[in-house]
Amino acid sequence: MKFFQLIGQISIKALAKLGRAGLFFMSILSSTGYLLFRPGLLIRQIYSIGVLTFWLIAISGLFVGMVLGLQGVYTLSTFGAESSLGIMVAASLVRELGPVVSALLFAGRAGSALTAEIGLMKATEQLSGMEMMAIDPLKYIIAPRFFAGFISLPLLAALFSASGILGGHLAGVDLLHVDSGAYWSQMQTAIDFNDDIINGVIKSIIFAWLVTWIALFEGYDAIPTSAGISRATTRTVVNSSFAILLFDFLLTALMFGAP
Amino acid sequence: MISIRNLTFSRGDRKIFDNISLDIMPHKITAIMGPSGTGKTTLLKLIGGQLTPDSGSIVVNQQNVHQLSRSELYKLRKKMGMLFQSGALLTDMSVYDNIAFPIREHTQLTEAMIRTVVLMKLNAVGLRGARDLMPSELSGGMARRVAMARALALDPEMIMYDEPFTGQDPISLGVLVQLIKTLNHTLHLTSIVVSHDVQETASIADYIYLISAGKVIGHGTPDEIRNTESDWVQQFMQGKADGPVPFHYPANDFGHELFANDTQQ
Repeated sequence: MKFFQLIGQISIKALAKLGRAGLFFMSILSSTGYLLFRPGLLIRQIYSIGVLTFWLIAISGLFVGMVLGLQGVYTLSTFGAESSLGIMVAASLVRELGPVVSALLFAGRAGSALTAEIGLMKATEQLSGMEMMAIDPLKYIIAPRFFAGFISLPLLAALFSASGILGGHLAGVDLLHVDSGAYWSQMQTAIDFNDDIINGVIKSIIFAWLVTWIALFEGYDAIPTSAGISRATTRTVVNSSFAILLFDFLLTALMFGAP
Repeated sequence: MISIRNLTFSRGDRKIFDNISLDIMPHKITAIMGPSGTGKTTLLKLIGGQLTPDSGSIVVNQQNVHQLSRSELYKLRKKMGMLFQSGALLTDMSVYDNIAFPIREHTQLTEAMIRTVVLMKLNAVGLRGARDLMPSELSGGMARRVAMARALALDPEMIMYDEPFTGQDPISLGVLVQLIKTLNHTLHLTSIVVSHDVQETASIADYIYLISAGKVIGHGTPDEIRNTESDWVQQFMQGKADGPVPFHYPANDFGHELFANDTQQ
């Protein structure tokens, strides 16, 4: 009996939280109009969320691409197909690794920072203070951060893929002497704009929505103590990583599942 | 100015306020006092419409706070200043920008005019020279004075102070007491001071409400309160360690507990 009670309790808690998160998201959406009049707020957040994550994404992308280059040549040479290296590197980056790895890195770098920032603003009564000054913190603080994340992550994922392709070139062509012309031309003929690139972009847009939504909500919903904020920050990274990988599977099944 | 009628509010199973009624007179300093944890801050949040009561009403300027639409509530809040215990300054802005913030958000004033207003408010709290500091560089007392200047930025009709004296050194304490009194007088404000610092609060309040365990235990002018016969009020006002509020948190018999440990072993 206790067991069923426990299950019930956990599900009710989870559902209530999902409900709160849903309402929270609706109120972010209703603040969109406000942002049109205050582009400065959005630009500042794009800088701190997106631009400051630039080098992390660029360098990680380069290394992932280089590993792909090395592994690719090693595997493909067994079949004498080194010249297809370009396809392998680009397809894996654009379809999967670009959106997924950049979203995971983004959750760790920007997501956790967002949660901690919002949670601390709550703990130090800055959010209540704003409400009492008749300024809606959802409009002024939360909405700009949400849209900044939503805009930044797809661009960062594209950056990740691009620098990964360069990394693959560096390892495969410059180090292991695969033909440079073959690397680029095979890539250009095999990678399809709609099937590969657009699907990857759709993925990263959905990941951007998930990560920023989770990060902002966890901060806003955090228990305003140091232990509460630290737990909320952990939850942001854990839950968004989990959500990214789950949605990646679902989206891949939808996009590439049917033969 | 503010009338609170039959207000009941609970958090979980705990009743914070049990059917309390009180009135805040215009242009006076009203103190709301009581032990820590009696929900004094909660009362301010109820007045500001940040929390909704279970039952009862709070009427500010003939408007029932909890029946207003969101935009009407925000309009009303512009007439209320609130000083949070922590100051609640925005940590990523300088002192100057913190005070300019509500003015920039709510008015169409030019930067030159905003500068004049900000400098006037800062001068009123004696911190004109600190305008370029960041909140992290301020002492606790200074942060509270900046927050006070910010609460006054939109020229409110009333201002609510949440524990303004807690954790202040004697000099900042004197400054804050003096400021609350003079600002109330010169700006014709209605002030509500929530506090448990008996001497300081009683020295400036025109009227005092004592709240404990969700009830109004006593009210009156500071002199009336001091001469009340109630044991509880006397214990609170004189800070006695034992009395109607016992020194010991409720527990089992001491001797019994000591020996209970022996028998277990």
